Amino acid sequence: MNLQEIVNRLSLDVKTPGLDLNREVTGGYVSDLLSDVMGNSSGGNIWITLQIHLNIVAVASLKGLAGIILVNNRRPDEDTLKRAVAENIPVMTSALPTFELVGRLYALGLRCR
Amino acid sequence: MINAEEGVFFLTGKDFTNAGAASSSLKGVLEKRGVPQDIIRRTAIAAFEAEMNVIIYAVAGMMKYRISNTEISVTIQDMGQGIPNIDLAMTEGYSTAPDYIREMGFGSGMGLPNIKKSTDHFVINSMVGEGTTLEFTIRLANGDKERA
Ligand SMILES: Nc1ncnc2c1ncn2[C@@H]1O[C@H](COP(=O)(O)OP(=O)(O)OP(=O)(O)O)[C@@H](O)[C@H]1O
Ligand SMILES: [Mg+2]
Repeated sequence: MNLQEIVNRLSLDVKTPGLDLNREVTGGYVSDLLSDVMGNSSGGNIWITLQIHLNIVAVASLKGLAGIILVNNRRPDEDTLKRAVAENIPVMTSALPTFELVGRLYALGLRCR
Repeated sequence: MINAEEGVFFLTGKDFTNAGAASSSLKGVLEKRGVPQDIIRRTAIAAFEAEMNVIIYAVAGMMKYRISNTEISVTIQDMGQGIPNIDLAMTEGYSTAPDYIREMGFGSGMGLPNIKKSTDHFVINSMVGEGTTLEFTIRLANGDKERA
């Protein structure tokens, strides 16, 4: 599935201007523990988390993730967004709590893989 | 035959702003060299976990790497508190991270186990009150074919 399509279908708010959202999303991973994401997510996954600090960008970039969705309308730090743009990692926010958001991603056909 | 390549990055304790920069740079070196994606990912995981541990638990340190035709070897050495019990530190779920570190999503006690899982060879040595040294190696399956 395409990231742009996910953004449209779930009305996500894109916080990183200028990044190309035409990229393949291979699956999803949910965690607020960075080493868990490092060890257990797969390249091309979309990552759902409530962590908003700078280091999430390093994790996403090193793992080759497709992007990060912040739940519950969490506002990312300004530094996080700057770094995300520099590293080509799209960051999106949603007003939905994690359970609801992930349910919708699953309904769109996304799996953990 | 492509030449072996080596380098070093310096790490500063508690510098969360630049956390991951050394691992990103190493990843860049591997990409430039045409190393296969899965090997780059495994190296990135191990390097990042080791780098974060220096930033969280040590005063300062460095990451040295050497890439040959057959393997990537990385040494991360720090000056810091050291690890009193390595077996315990290697246990999945064991962490001494303080609360403010846990709030950032570190401290699940998965870092060292992740390093072990993603590398072909891993040794860790530590002296309490002096520091910790970690070495890991990842084999390049068929050598560094692209430019061999
Ligand atoms: N370089 C180091 N210097 C001193 N102590 C360390 C160092 N690296 C690891 N440790 C000790 O070993 C424990 C386990 O480390 P490990 O990386 O597995 O987990 P963590 O850092 O606590 O959590 P996570 O890596 O999941 O965020 C740490 O909590 C710490 O007590
Ligand atoms: Mg760790």
